[in-house]
Amino acid sequence: MSLYQICFWVLTVMALGCALGVILSRNPVSSVLFLIATFFAISGHYLLMNAQFLAIVNIIVYAGAIMVLFLFVIMLMNLNADTEPQKNRLVQLAGVVSGGILFLVILAALRSSSVNVLEQTPTDIGLIKNLGKTLFTQFVLPFEISSVLFLSAMIGAVVIGKKEEVA
Amino acid sequence: MQLLQVDIWFIIEKLVLITVILLGSLGIAMYATWGERKVAAVMQDRIGPARAGLFGLLQPLADGGKLFFKEEILPDRSTKFLFIMGPALAMLTACMTSAVVPWGPDYVTQTGRVVSLQVADINIGILFVFGVVSLGVYGVMLGGWASNNKFSLLSSIRAASQAISYELAMGISLVALLMMTGSLSLREIVSQQHGFWHDGYFTWNFFKQPLGFLIFLTCSFAELNRAPFDLPECESELNMGYHQEYSSMKLGFFLFAEYINLFISSAILATLFFGGYNFPFMDQVAASVSPLLFTIICVLVLLTKIVGFILFFMFVRWTLPRFRYDQLMRLGWKSLIPLALINMLITGIVVLWVIK
Repeated sequence: MSLYQICFWVLTVMALGCALGVILSRNPVSSVLFLIATFFAISGHYLLMNAQFLAIVNIIVYAGAIMVLFLFVIMLMNLNADTEPQKNRLVQLAGVVSGGILFLVILAALRSSSVNVLEQTPTDIGLIKNLGKTLFTQFVLPFEISSVLFLSAMIGAVVIGKKEEVA
Repeated sequence: MQLLQVDIWFIIEKLVLITVILLGSLGIAMYATWGERKVAAVMQDRIGPARAGLFGLLQPLADGGKLFFKEEILPDRSTKFLFIMGPALAMLTACMTSAVVPWGPDYVTQTGRVVSLQVADINIGILFVFGVVSLGVYGVMLGGWASNNKFSLLSSIRAASQAISYELAMGISLVALLMMTGSLSLREIVSQQHGFWHDGYFTWNFFKQPLGFLIFLTCSFAELNRAPFDLPECESELNMGYHQEYSSMKLGFFLFAEYINLFISSAILATLFFGGYNFPFMDQVAASVSPLLFTIICVLVLLTKIVGFILFFMFVRWTLPRFRYDQLMRLGWKSLIPLALINMLITGIVVLWVIK
């Protein structure tokens, strides 16, 4: 095994293990922390593919900003195991059945499709210069449209968050 | 099975460099606590620490020793693991940033070997610093929450929202700088500020981005949780803030991480805006002294700038009163972010103009 493969397997185990931890842990705060660890593992995978910019942006945006806000909300709501609403058996059964069906559908879809094997050799496309050139020439329209989408989401949040005027 | 095909000297060199930088930043942070008390004393017409050693120079050691021997208390209703993670994370993120700062120019030995005084010259340089800084808030948040104390929780929430609000303006003011340099690598940014005067204008970025520098400086006050933005540690409202429940060296880690952050952000400020290790007439100096001496002079110049910034941070802390929380938020969102955006726009126009 080369160093590359060792890193790959360690990161993969870490990503999957932490992702499982997100859904299996009872305490919402530790769920969030597992999710942050998952993001780190994914950033590690980006690094292995020589996509340094994506790796660090993933950490800054997701781990550094979005998850802080998540943690924020969860801490303020102060969720504990005691206050968690107890679900009855029927709801649990329905959850298992619908989850299982979704799993089957995904499995069937994966079986019938041909999976493209990603290139193993690291390329330079993930470096910031190449990435910027590609984004602002080849993909400039989708890039700008998605930024408009974010702007509209932001304005929407402000509108919803604003106190209603007393009529 | 071939695992490591790297030069063994390269590893030794980097290990030595990492050790020196870590010990150096710990040492400087240690004496920054002493310096802070002396500065406070001077500004309040007192003497300050004077008993331990000459000028109280052994005071930081005495403080450290005291913290080590204090009783370690884990609050009964706290989340134990996270309670210990908090200070550890704060310390870890504080120590990580120094990896990308170029501490001096490359030193070429007689055998032609190039020794770089930077641990890692990564392609994304300054973004790495940003990533680590944005993680720094977790130490405070987790520590405050795990303490199971309402004051700590309020304080950690203040710290988090403050950090997120000011990161935005900081990032945008940095974008303006990066538009001019065209590179994210700190080494590249420093080498573009070579000397002091070139082609009829200053080379240091401070003279090209004065507004950007002011915004960045203000935001670093907020990111450091220092006065006038030390709302998370506001004694009159929150007792001790997020480290209310901490004792012994865990408290020490929180306090110490703050001083390491102070050192590192001074280093980043000096590197980004004040030319890093560059100084006026450096070419003439380089021609007249040996390469080793020149490298040492460069490192000393950078350290002088860093100490200057640390002193500035301290003077401000003991001069300005604390902001109110709504004032802090208004300053961040309604003044600094629009200013940073305007600065970015103007920079973009000027950069395009110059290129055309």
